[in-house]
Amino acid sequence: MSSELIATVFVAISLRSIISMSSYSGFNKPPMFGDYEAQRHWQEVTFNLEVKLWYTNSTRNDLQYWGLDYPPLTAYHSYLLGHVAEKLNKSFVELYKSRGLESKEHKSYMRFTVLAADAFIFIPAILALSIFMDRTFKKNLRQQMQLLFAIYPGQILIDNGHFQYNNISLGLASVAVAALLCDQNYFAAFTFTLALNYKQMELYHALPFFAYLLSKSLSEKSVNSAVKELTKVATIVLFTFVILWYPWLNSTHSTAEVFHRLFPLGRGVFEDKVANVWCSINIVYKLRKYISNHKMALICFGTTLLAALPINVHLFFRRSKYTFILTLFNTAAAFFLFSFQVHEKSILLVALPSFCLIYWWPTEMLWFLKVSVFSMIPLLKKDNLLVPTVALMIIFRFTFKNWVFKTDDITISKRYFKMSIEQVSEILMIATLLAFLLIEPPSRFPDTWPLIISIISCGHILIFLIWGYTKQLT
Amino acid sequence: MSGYFLDLVAISSALKVLLFPAYYSTDFEVHRNWLAITHSLPINRWYLDATSEWTLDYPPFFAYFEWLLSQVAKYVDPKMLIVQNLNYASEATVYFQRSSIIVMDLIYMLGVHSILAALGVVQSTQKHIAGSMLLLLNVGLIFVDHIHFQYNGFLFGILFLSISAMIKKRYLWSAFAFAVLLNFKHIFLYVAPAFAVYLLKFYCLGEGKFVQNTIKLLAAGLTPFVLSFGPFWQQLPQLMSRLFPFKRGLTHAYWAPNIWALYNAADKVAVSVLGRSRDPDVPSTTSGLVQEVQHIVLPTITPSITFALTVLSMLPILLKLFLTPTREQAKLVFMRAIVLCACSSFMFGWHVHEKAILMCLLPMCLLAVIDHRDAKFAYILAITGYFSLFPLLFDVDLLVPRYSLYMAYVAMMYGQLERVYKTKPSIHILEWIYFYGFIAIPIYEHIISRLLGLHLSLPFMPLLLTSVYCALGVTYFYVRYYLYAMDFQWPPSFGKRRRVTQIKSSVSKRKRKVQ
Repeated sequence: MSSELIATVFVAISLRSIISMSSYSGFNKPPMFGDYEAQRHWQEVTFNLEVKLWYTNSTRNDLQYWGLDYPPLTAYHSYLLGHVAEKLNKSFVELYKSRGLESKEHKSYMRFTVLAADAFIFIPAILALSIFMDRTFKKNLRQQMQLLFAIYPGQILIDNGHFQYNNISLGLASVAVAALLCDQNYFAAFTFTLALNYKQMELYHALPFFAYLLSKSLSEKSVNSAVKELTKVATIVLFTFVILWYPWLNSTHSTAEVFHRLFPLGRGVFEDKVANVWCSINIVYKLRKYISNHKMALICFGTTLLAALPINVHLFFRRSKYTFILTLFNTAAAFFLFSFQVHEKSILLVALPSFCLIYWWPTEMLWFLKVSVFSMIPLLKKDNLLVPTVALMIIFRFTFKNWVFKTDDITISKRYFKMSIEQVSEILMIATLLAFLLIEPPSRFPDTWPLIISIISCGHILIFLIWGYTKQLT
Repeated sequence: MSGYFLDLVAISSALKVLLFPAYYSTDFEVHRNWLAITHSLPINRWYLDATSEWTLDYPPFFAYFEWLLSQVAKYVDPKMLIVQNLNYASEATVYFQRSSIIVMDLIYMLGVHSILAALGVVQSTQKHIAGSMLLLLNVGLIFVDHIHFQYNGFLFGILFLSISAMIKKRYLWSAFAFAVLLNFKHIFLYVAPAFAVYLLKFYCLGEGKFVQNTIKLLAAGLTPFVLSFGPFWQQLPQLMSRLFPFKRGLTHAYWAPNIWALYNAADKVAVSVLGRSRDPDVPSTTSGLVQEVQHIVLPTITPSITFALTVLSMLPILLKLFLTPTREQAKLVFMRAIVLCACSSFMFGWHVHEKAILMCLLPMCLLAVIDHRDAKFAYILAITGYFSLFPLLFDVDLLVPRYSLYMAYVAMMYGQLERVYKTKPSIHILEWIYFYGFIAIPIYEHIISRLLGLHLSLPFMPLLLTSVYCALGVTYFYVRYYLYAMDFQWPPSFGKRRRVTQIKSSVSKRKRKVQ
């Protein structure tokens, strides 16, 4: 092992463990608290109730209070963590009584579970991904890619700050991409199914996987072997699903119940200010006032498909690993911009393929990664994480200056042009952030700054989607 | 300053900002109390006040510095400036005190930049990059200053500025800066002999104007003392008793990894082997209290013994420095003498703190990028020295950060040294075994002791293990590096000589073939 690799891995762990000491979502905010309490509550519910009742509203499981709304793999993970928690301190997972529990000891435990997921899933996954990226595309950029993953502020701030386990779903998805790159298609299908069953948001990545694997299977020489190949992949996916969903499969009612928890139409097209198209349109045209939730969901579904299908069809007919990664980026961006019930954190799903695109477009993708963190600033402000956000961004910005990646394929003047656009955008983002911090918004519109941040980010992401489209289709 | 240096300044400062919410030690309250004392009390009460147990025990310049800080602090949160407000730590107070260290570290960074230039390390070379990284991202300073809480960074900045002035022949500036430094924190007396000898040799005696130069030197060196102690001339004995409290024991509560740690451990082993019982009235060395201790089997050490040993152990390198003929050669000898004087004091001194190892670690970072032989010793000391700081960071939330920061730093150091010298540092196999032995300590501390329930019956065992195991490494470094700095060959390198002759013979063979 090279010393650089060891240093990178430990830089990743240090930053994550240092951010762990900061505040988290919903800290000291009764009665609902935040994502930290949600995760703790899931441990409580899964530890105390029978498997079948996890997703069912009952007197012992009030779904209005952070009811489980992630797929079964998350529930099993919570179950496991709940058992460990109980061993450490019974009060961590006591039914009802543990609600809103906040203690230093408990925080250390919860933070430690995220760090464990980083150390055992996320970091090995990105190491694998970077190694297979290098092998597949015959380049030598894995050290830069590893460092980029190690210090990218977005994932650190959401997982180790705000409090979530995106590192698990993103890690599983990275393994799936890596497996696909080295032609282990069955393994890719399996790990991607796991990712999807950890967080339904992984649907953002599903279409390209589907298109690629389908195209790959159908490209077999004879019809017979194509059908065989297709059956194998389908069996693996279905089998994984059945095993994971087994406790809820005995009646359609209970399956539908889980399904309904995972895709809650009732919660509206978006909750907080988010950098997507609907939230931006909402400023001039109040969507929630004029369009019913169901109708809105259909509109979202339609536009998302419209934005995502052409590139996936393109991937199907012109299959290559490079196109796959580009499609992954474009599809995720399309989903983020147009789909229903988008969260700020979902930008991380777009960030994942952008790490891979660093191999071809370092300047653009570094820019995109900065935008992605910028788009989450209102959320991070709410969690009292603005100081670490700015500090991490400074570390990120100054570690990855343009000289880190030596691109020789573009002419100097073109590069200069790109860099100056990027600088304008960077100044705009910094100015907005400063205004957000220093200028009190008019009392009639308290959300002015979050809204402006959302619109600026949305504009950027839209441009990146168009950019990705042109790169893919030309 | 070139681009990457400023980038490192930004990265390093941002990393320190991230550590704002980290646990801090009682030193935080110590400095808060000093802010309050200097702000609220008249100057003649500064060294008398004992409202808090953390009385002012740094020299007056540091007190003036706290007074200056308090002028800003009153706009941040005036409540922190009330002497009676013991253990006051509002968020604003924490942010203010933590950021004051980060701002003062700019002096440290200036010092690093200046000393690298003075030592002839050219900008934008790999050596300069490595030196800047090792010093600006120094994990020891992060541990002690930015987590534990102290103001060492800017003091080392002044030390580096003083050394670079010395190398650039600005002797009076150097003496002045060093005197200022002593009036900030008197622990830098550890390295004063090296400065004294260098000045005596190359300034007083070297320029042929002994009397004139000596007078100038005394004027430059004593001015800071007059400025500093002047206002307190009526209470000098009281001030001195604060600065040099000899009531403390031979070793600190956690034994700094030096000779006395080994001595204490040997005493403990002897007690259990000989089966001699302890007098219950005498405090044991590991009881965790800062007071005088007595050894049971081995003879008890007195302050005068430690003082004599310290001075004696410094003499050889000081003599070597004095006998070095030219300034050009003396440059490196001077740097090594600073490390060795600091290390001698660390090894034999009375009531040494574990943090004092920074005085060896930081100059070694500079020597590491100058000569590849020094680099090897710097690496050995780094592995041991930074590890020995762990007991300062005992909070549960700091366990992962302390191990991962340490690992990231030592791996980075290895990689940088490899890049500078285009070859791996020549670490002997036994040294590697010693390095890997460090893994056993955390395994014992976090796993084995808990499984066996030893963390309740022997709570100080991990500290003792850390201290003794690190003491072995520091002692090894000290002996080997001392011999190396004195130009002794050890171990006698038959192997190397043979290799040289082989190369020679193969060269001559090749020559013959060509002919």
